Amino acid sequence: MVEFSVKICGEAGQGTQTIGNALCLAFKNSGYHVFAIQDFMSRIRGGNNFFQLRASHQPVSCPRRLSRLIITLDKASPRIHAASLEPGGVIIADCKKFLLDANQPGIFDVPLYTIAAGFGDEMYINSAAAGIAAYICALGLPALGAVFNKIFSAKGGEITAKNCQAAEAGYKYAAANFKGQRFDCAPSAAGKYLLNGNDAIALAAIRAGCKFYTAYPMSPSTGIMTTIAEYASRCGILVEQAEDEIAAVNMAIGASFAGARAMAATSGGGFMLMMEGVSLAGMTETPLVVADIQRPAPATGFPTRTEQADLDFLLSAGHGEFARLIFTPGTPQEAFALTLKAFDLAEKYQIPAFILSDQYLADSYCDAAELDFQSPVEKRRIISFEESATVNNYKRYCLTDSGISPQAVPGWIKEAIYADSDEHTPEGHITEDAAIRVQMVEKRLYKKMAGLTREIVAPTAFSLDGADIVLVGFGSTYGLLRELSLASGKRKIGAVHLSQAWPFPSEIMAGLLKGHKRIFTLENNAGAQLAKLLRRETGITAEGSILKFDGRPFSMEDAQEKIPE
Amino acid sequence: MNANDFKSNDPIAWCPGCGDFGIVNALKKSLVKLDKKPHEILLVSGIGQAAKLPHYINANCFNGLHGRALPAAAGAKIANRDLTVIVTTGDGDCYGEGGNHFLHNIRRNCDITVVVCDNQIYGLTKGQASPTTDTGYATKVQVNGVILEPFHPLAAAIALGCGFVARGFSGDPEHLSELIAEGVRHKGFALIDVLQPCVTFNKKNTHDWYSKRVYKLDKTYDPLDRTAAYAKAEEWGERIPLGIIYQKDRPCYEQLSGIDTALPLCRNCSPVDISGLLSDFE
Repeated sequence: MVEFSVKICGEAGQGTQTIGNALCLAFKNSGYHVFAIQDFMSRIRGGNNFFQLRASHQPVSCPRRLSRLIITLDKASPRIHAASLEPGGVIIADCKKFLLDANQPGIFDVPLYTIAAGFGDEMYINSAAAGIAAYICALGLPALGAVFNKIFSAKGGEITAKNCQAAEAGYKYAAANFKGQRFDCAPSAAGKYLLNGNDAIALAAIRAGCKFYTAYPMSPSTGIMTTIAEYASRCGILVEQAEDEIAAVNMAIGASFAGARAMAATSGGGFMLMMEGVSLAGMTETPLVVADIQRPAPATGFPTRTEQADLDFLLSAGHGEFARLIFTPGTPQEAFALTLKAFDLAEKYQIPAFILSDQYLADSYCDAAELDFQSPVEKRRIISFEESATVNNYKRYCLTDSGISPQAVPGWIKEAIYADSDEHTPEGHITEDAAIRVQMVEKRLYKKMAGLTREIVAPTAFSLDGADIVLVGFGSTYGLLRELSLASGKRKIGAVHLSQAWPFPSEIMAGLLKGHKRIFTLENNAGAQLAKLLRRETGITAEGSILKFDGRPFSMEDAQEKIPE
Repeated sequence: MNANDFKSNDPIAWCPGCGDFGIVNALKKSLVKLDKKPHEILLVSGIGQAAKLPHYINANCFNGLHGRALPAAAGAKIANRDLTVIVTTGDGDCYGEGGNHFLHNIRRNCDITVVVCDNQIYGLTKGQASPTTDTGYATKVQVNGVILEPFHPLAAAIALGCGFVARGFSGDPEHLSELIAEGVRHKGFALIDVLQPCVTFNKKNTHDWYSKRVYKLDKTYDPLDRTAAYAKAEEWGERIPLGIIYQKDRPCYEQLSGIDTALPLCRNCSPVDISGLLSDFE
């Protein structure tokens, strides 16, 4: 596979993300498949952040350890990132400004700060650097200019023009002075769109007809709220920033009870505060969609980094026993499809449905095709406004074989609806009757679980035939599992990716893993939570687990080094 | 409509003589006065004796979590603005467990009416101090008497800019029903703190204790005067005022957010064509 990675490094506030995003779009528009991760610190200015993109003429879906081009915008970056340069690669640096020896191998000395000063502000260094990258990567200036015109348009004509001019100055400087080999890997056709996991969840919520979104800002989930807020007035959505996550989940439940599609998103700490609400949704049988965009914990942990350690937590979140759904999407495309499905199944079964993502998936961009956004949208499952006119003797919790009692909307039917967090009768009134208790627990747990188990999203299997080792993962490691199974090596690697963690696809997993002797889970956590779940639900004991819990995602090489002989 | 139309068949689980009986009767009367039908009303509650109240009225009921009635009510009102949303809560539920929601829902100012059944004690957990228990009152937990200053809900609400602040008494259901009806008519968050005895656990603030002290504000009192309202809100002890303590019109959440003129959100949750949005991701 012909491909390369480009890393843009600098302090928070220097615009690494802006030009990273611009270069991604320019690569995509030029036909490259792209995949990009963001690594940033929990601070507003200073520190050291990077944006690393991978461009290829084949679909790519996980980061590589080394980059062929490293753009440095501050003095600290060349030192911090030199070790991640590919042999024969190039580091772009302003050697005079950064007090570096310009004759070091691999350094391409560019007077970035001088170029930017020509446009009246240091802030233009990033655009100048993007122009240099466009030359070295053989993108051409028009490709970058088109993207700049789009992304800076909101900032006005003068700012846009200066950024374009700075890029042009960088491009011309590189054309005149860069003596190395330019990259060119004759790209084919990439997807039409570029988006990350949070964008995908937000777009799916809008597509699903979610009309009330409420959350308390918390990294790395906030992007969902900002994307929905951007389109809220166009799409008739109300976005309410709650006073805390407890309010957010209870507002969403109140809205859902009152007939609207509602959603909340948060990260682990906020989800912790929502847990009593999750239990309330289970008890009152109110549809609820919550996304948990994981970050490393316990407590505040690493606010801007990644981990997959909330799996156990979501499996048992909320006191008591009730049916739930946990989707663990692996790509933005899958996050879109499964968020749509979460809205439908939450409403169909009147349960809490969770989307378990993480910072890595939330902030990683990849190209996606038009087809990826054409998942079918089911009609609403509630008793419609028109049907409501004919409802008589309504009982909110009437007992049925499926465990599902049709959901009526207060005000639409001409009778009172009673919903309660206490144990309740089919009418919804408080009871302490033992026999009713048993019926209601069976309704909320057994019957709904039986239905949900019949419509499980099947795991994806990669190259299992004749595999020497099978890797099993969930959520954001999808791309890594896929690429590990495609990579050639001494051992033949097979992989299985779970897009749904609950109800657990026990039978399918048992079938897929049958006959395989060497099974390892691959997880971004320390506790091998998936390995334990797999054993509990299928009796299959993994030989071991490949774990990473430093707050960073696996690169392809990180994983390959850890796969046992 | 008459009070019988709001009669529920659910057996009542309160202690005989509980002040909540007067409040449920007053609420039914106010619904008659407002000419509402049972399906047009949504009663939202948290946990506590007051939170059971919606079951004893023929109207929609969402009995949620302790302290969380207000966010659930706000969410329901935002989603389905045609509903008349009334919260029945208690001093522990609203001022203790749900204190943060009390603050922020006054700010949010959704068009909901909040009836706080304030018996100055925790009933359901058997007699501990609540945020409004008088200083010095001894319980099985506060064995030497409450050492904290009570929370002043009316003064706090006025300070927060609440547009309708009133106090009622369970012993005067007719007057209370007027206050509730006025609260519902008020466009925005309306707080009605209702003094009521807890016959089992509050041996100080009894029906007689309140009856001897309460008096109704007359026409000479101007509830638009914020400074006077603060003074009235803090009047406690020998004389306790009943009535509308403070009133101010300000735009409510539904007006400010624009949802008051749009199709109710709950009617508008069909799939959305996002092709126009996707072009931003090209």
